[in-house]
Amino acid sequence: MTTLTDDVKDPATDDASHDGHAHDDHSHDDHHHHIPKGISRWLLTTNHKDIGTLYLWFAFIMFLVGGAMAMVIRAELFQPGLQIVEPNFFNQMTTVHGLIMVFGAVMPAFTGLANWLVPMMIGAPDMALPRMNNWSFWILPFAFLILLSSLFMEGGGPSFGWTFYAPLSTTYSGDSTALFVFSVHIMGISSIMGAINVIVTIFNMRAPGMTLMKMPMFVWTWLITAFLLIAVMPVLAGVVTMVLTDKYFGTSFFDAAGGGDPVLFQHIFWFFGHPEVYIMILPAFGIISQIVPTFSRKKLFGYASMVYATASIALLSFVVWAHHMFTTGMPVEWEKFFMFATMLISVPTGVKVFNWVATMWRGSLTFEIPMLFAIAFIVLFTIGGLSGLMLAITPVDFQYHDTYFVVAHFHYVLVTGAVFSIMAAVYYWLPKWTGRMFDITLAKWHFWCSLISVNVLFFPMHFVGLAGMPRRIPDYALQFADFNKWISVGGFAFGLSQLIFLALLVKACRKRGEPVSDQVWDGAEGLEWEIPSPAPYHTFDTPPQIK
Amino acid sequence: MAQQEYQKYYVPDQSIWPIVGAVALFLIAVGAGNYVVEVSKGKEGIGGYILVLGLITLLVMVTGWFKNQIDESMSGLYSAQLGRSYRQGMAWFIFSEVMFFAAFFGALFYARMIAVPWLGGASNNAMTNEVLWPTFEAMWPLTGTPDGTQTTAMAATGLPLINTAILLVSSVTLHYAHVGLEQNKRKQLTALLGVTILLGAVFLVLQVWEYIHAYRDLGLTLQSGVYGNTFFMLTGFHGLHVTLGTIILIVLFFRVIKGHFTPKEHFAFQAGSWYWHFVDVVWVMLFFFVYVL
Repeated sequence: MTTLTDDVKDPATDDASHDGHAHDDHSHDDHHHHIPKGISRWLLTTNHKDIGTLYLWFAFIMFLVGGAMAMVIRAELFQPGLQIVEPNFFNQMTTVHGLIMVFGAVMPAFTGLANWLVPMMIGAPDMALPRMNNWSFWILPFAFLILLSSLFMEGGGPSFGWTFYAPLSTTYSGDSTALFVFSVHIMGISSIMGAINVIVTIFNMRAPGMTLMKMPMFVWTWLITAFLLIAVMPVLAGVVTMVLTDKYFGTSFFDAAGGGDPVLFQHIFWFFGHPEVYIMILPAFGIISQIVPTFSRKKLFGYASMVYATASIALLSFVVWAHHMFTTGMPVEWEKFFMFATMLISVPTGVKVFNWVATMWRGSLTFEIPMLFAIAFIVLFTIGGLSGLMLAITPVDFQYHDTYFVVAHFHYVLVTGAVFSIMAAVYYWLPKWTGRMFDITLAKWHFWCSLISVNVLFFPMHFVGLAGMPRRIPDYALQFADFNKWISVGGFAFGLSQLIFLALLVKACRKRGEPVSDQVWDGAEGLEWEIPSPAPYHTFDTPPQIK
Repeated sequence: MAQQEYQKYYVPDQSIWPIVGAVALFLIAVGAGNYVVEVSKGKEGIGGYILVLGLITLLVMVTGWFKNQIDESMSGLYSAQLGRSYRQGMAWFIFSEVMFFAAFFGALFYARMIAVPWLGGASNNAMTNEVLWPTFEAMWPLTGTPDGTQTTAMAATGLPLINTAILLVSSVTLHYAHVGLEQNKRKQLTALLGVTILLGAVFLVLQVWEYIHAYRDLGLTLQSGVYGNTFFMLTGFHGLHVTLGTIILIVLFFRVIKGHFTPKEHFAFQAGSWYWHFVDVVWVMLFFFVYVL
């Protein structure tokens, strides 16, 4: 789709070429000639690749921490009856597991990928606002430090579910609620700044000739995601602020006795929450749209329709929020509106799935690791999408609401959807980042162990959910015991499989493995595959010309 | 763009300020998180001190970071492309602020159009009213809540109307100060910018006066039901934004006196001006939906 007319410079000639620049005589020019060493490199960095790496490692660590909490949940649910933890601690585990996976793992991982890839894909020297980029990242670990340390407070951490419905989070919550609120504020600030950076980079930093409709799909999906983030993260900040004032300052936004309404909480929360769901999946669509063409050795089928489908999904995501609230009390006309609006989203989503399949159709397929994850994504995400369609039907949702069927649904779209896409992305671009091929044997083990265990983990949840097992309860009726045992076994296996990934990543970061070519994968197209592997510390100091 | 005309995009060197800012936010969150609990329980604690320490750190960070930016800008490191980045960044930041206010306006509309009427038995909620609070009658402004809290509504005439006029005039004066900057009429610029700051300060004083009036004479407080909640949260957050905007304008005033801005290059001025017009528009919405209707 895009080609470079200039020769892309390797690091050595890159340095030499600086002498010709008009602005080289200022005092800052020497920073291009060395990579800073030690801890200060990471603390003070303004380099999009460093910050991308920080985001990705942070997300992976949070993925393991949140995963450990899931292990606690599955250990408790291995058998019926209260076995290992107190119910209040169980609630803290489900709450913090959700918060960490959403705000600490999936979102930062996508932001990390955007940091690494967007400037390289559009031919920009860095992100548009490099210092703010550093700030966006470094406030995140502090936010999670606060959230995690609140677990050790007297009375424990937040235990009202990641959706913190009022009055659970207001009237009935513990003293850690204030810390929870402020840590969510910081996460919001981080996401908003990160999104502003991405959106400005894409609008203002594209190389000459890189028109909007030539941009790689990953850039397109992130552009739209960034818009969603800026639109809804402030609403989250607003709703947590109302929780704070309701709990500590005597307001009654969510208290009917003062003229408010607990249902109002759900409306505001899900006005944020539903676009948030697409924030966590649109970049995944972008990743899959990069990987599938490479290993099919074909152009992406229906590029323009992919762009329009992404935009349609984003716009529709603002008018479907109340499908999370079918059972909480709404006029029947609203229920019908939200049901049909929700089902409408399956149209652009279907366009995407068809386009990926059509891209593979009669392509010269090979099944390298990123492609394996991408194909697993397409199949398993579609399962999650279809169960979502079932949940969208109002009368049916009356039965499914708050059962394990819902848990199965959103774990299919978030784990085998978002998380698998992130893993696919890491395998796809890791050789470009490190300059060496990762350990393919370990990667195969990681893929197959994850694929099998994740289905043992989440598929039976559909069955127990349809049979009526409620979510967020540490105990269950005896009839669910067999399935839950298998779910837990699948959970432990999936957790252990991620340690293979950890080993692989550590090995890759220590620069083991065969050096790779600049293109890495034959069939890979785009600016990032035309620069050297590993990608130099600074790329595209002068913008390339795109035809 | 031809290659030789291209001015290199300025990618700043390592900077200490973001990490200082991260520590500041950390201290603010920990401090505020503890302070709020301590106050609500009447306990002694160090939350307040941590909060103040965090705010001071944030102030140091903002000062240092902005000084850094100003120095870079004055030494000519910036290009037109970087200027566009800043402008677009500011525009998207203001959009995020719009959405923050939207959440509170949404709460206001929901409470007024849906929650309160339903509590009064509207639609098919006759039994809600009958069973929960049979004496409650829906009204807006909600001067009597279901649990019996009584309060008085704030009239739109008087102070709020004067404040509306003040902010609208301040938007005009700031606009003509900007025009003065673009046409290099320095006197017009400094005089009108000064007037704008003064108007902002008067607005804030009157707002404080209005709050005192509400608490002392009307019995309208943050705790007096959803009318008081939305009233104080919306006007309070708006007041915070006016305060911040006034501080920004004061900083701009001193930069103008130092001769920092040229008719063509004055991103900081433009950003401050956008911000001021934004808080103005929010006020007009507020006046309409909170006071008049």
